[in-house]
Amino acid sequence: MSGIAVPGRGAAGLFTQWNRRAVFGWVGLLLLALVPVASHATDTPYLINAMTRFVIYGLAAVSLDLVLGYGALISFGHAMFFGLGGYVVAIVTFHAVEAGPLFGWAGSTQALVVWPIALACCALLGWGVGYLALRTSGVQFIMITLAFGQMVYFILVSLQVYGGDDGLMMSQRSQLPGIDLADPVSFYYVSLAVLALWTLFCVKLVNSRYGMVLQALRQSERRAVNLGVAPMPYRLSAFVISAVGTGMAGILWANYAELVTPDMAAWTKSGELMAIVILGGVGTLLGPIAGAAVFLGLEQALSAWTEHWMFIMGPILVLVVLAGKHGLFGHWLGKRHG
Amino acid sequence: MALLFEQLLNGLQFGAMLFMLASGLTLIFGIMGVINLTHGSFYMVGAYCGAFALAHTNSFAAGAVAGLAGAALYGLLVEFTVIRRLYKRDHLYQVLATFGLILFTNEAVSMIFGRQPPMVEIPDFLQGTVPLAPGFQYPLMRLAFIVVGALVALGLWFLINRTRVGMLVRAGADDREMVDALGIDIQKLYSVVFGLGALLCGLAGVMAAPLLAVEIGMGERVLITTFVVIVIGGVGSVRGAMAGALLVGMVDSLGRAYFPQLLGAMLSPEVADMLAAGLVSASVYVLMALVLIFRPKGLLG
Repeated sequence: MSGIAVPGRGAAGLFTQWNRRAVFGWVGLLLLALVPVASHATDTPYLINAMTRFVIYGLAAVSLDLVLGYGALISFGHAMFFGLGGYVVAIVTFHAVEAGPLFGWAGSTQALVVWPIALACCALLGWGVGYLALRTSGVQFIMITLAFGQMVYFILVSLQVYGGDDGLMMSQRSQLPGIDLADPVSFYYVSLAVLALWTLFCVKLVNSRYGMVLQALRQSERRAVNLGVAPMPYRLSAFVISAVGTGMAGILWANYAELVTPDMAAWTKSGELMAIVILGGVGTLLGPIAGAAVFLGLEQALSAWTEHWMFIMGPILVLVVLAGKHGLFGHWLGKRHG
Repeated sequence: MALLFEQLLNGLQFGAMLFMLASGLTLIFGIMGVINLTHGSFYMVGAYCGAFALAHTNSFAAGAVAGLAGAALYGLLVEFTVIRRLYKRDHLYQVLATFGLILFTNEAVSMIFGRQPPMVEIPDFLQGTVPLAPGFQYPLMRLAFIVVGALVALGLWFLINRTRVGMLVRAGADDREMVDALGIDIQKLYSVVFGLGALLCGLAGVMAAPLLAVEIGMGERVLITTFVVIVIGGVGSVRGAMAGALLVGMVDSLGRAYFPQLLGAMLSPEVADMLAAGLVSASVYVLMALVLIFRPKGLLG
């Protein structure tokens, strides 16, 4: 792929678009890896916290882009997986540390036990929601995913045992053998490693035969079906994979904030995630990560400046849409499709 | 028995409100293919403008006029500045742009009217209860809501089935290009429908103001229920919006009344209480899932 020059794109053929993405990705990863060093050198410890948030949102954004950009499935309920992943970790930890057994099981604080359970829950929910929602398409798909997201939100609100509206504090972070997640720098590197590996996996996935079929379905369902492709398994599996990635972001968030709240699954969170992906460029995988940086950076800068930051953020989102469909980085990263 | 009757009427009242919101939203989608999340904001703007005028003039009529006008004008402004540029775009971008508008509207309303939610009293002539049957009283305000909802439904039916505008609306919903090719200014038609939709939101907002809390975020809560209504009824269909609104209204109010008892009879009190709260809020979504399993395009879609 990388040897093929793409005509009409790129700075005088210096980089093909895939080369440019690779450079963007690896340089980005290198810079992110240096953050704790920079934070230490400049004596700005809050930098690590800010960057951890960004990395976690980047993970959710890459996952959402998988369905949004490559499956053309506009999931407006994706925050439900973010919330579920976080809640499963917090609830299991709560039972292990403070409350009694959960369904006869003592609970656990081991990441290698709890995290897979949380991911499995997200996969299961993703499968169920995807199975029902994928029976429809277009605007109905948007509304149904939104409605399921709200359902999860209301269920989380009603869990009085686990804090209801106020959410549930985590008395401690999950434990990984050999790595102290309570240490901000270690936690940052673990999050960054997850983001890097997941992004690499997603890039490989969309360029595999599977990914090509998924994109063919997006471009013309009728053509793909006539070639003998059954749409449902491809779309459903993409939805489940995306749910798992978003759930992982939720797991990391719960550990980062040491608190889970129903807001993690609220529809506004789904809207934010979607805004991040569109800001960065739909269907570019790396763009949404940059979109997360821009969105969180804007949020931070605007909210530091005025409490009415949404008064400015709202119109910015509108302008991004009116300006075009490539987002801030989509054009530069070279969307592979129109 | 009286409880059941009361819950049915409450369901009818909630359904009437949902219909006012859903009919405009589904018409806009049917004609222009725009998914507009700002629809709930028109409802909030209507409620705030109504509450503001009422507080300053003490006249419910002034409040009603202000609420309707505020919502309709804001709707037209939004249509003119943003929505108009979106109707040929992918749903994804419509969702993001209108999501941005919600953030803006919520903040603008709280800056203009203040963070303190205004209190709205039920106007004198709608206070009290009416005896509907021996030993059964029902609040007049809620009854008025049902009547207004029925009038709106009748009016819309007349507009859509018996007038030239309605004929064009129906034609536009079926085939926009064809109507355009026949020399009809579909953009103008669309603006009219959009304004009407926003006006109905304002009406719902003014009517709901004395019954529910007027606060920031009230629009989004009801917007999502409105989406459920539209999906159940069938996207783009006004009759579907009617059916969906009544169904959702009934399920919600009956669920609220009977779910806790039902679960209490089957499970231990603590478990039942916890589950009931969640299930009541989630019941309309469960209804939607059930409808979709059997009819993916909705009841009348």
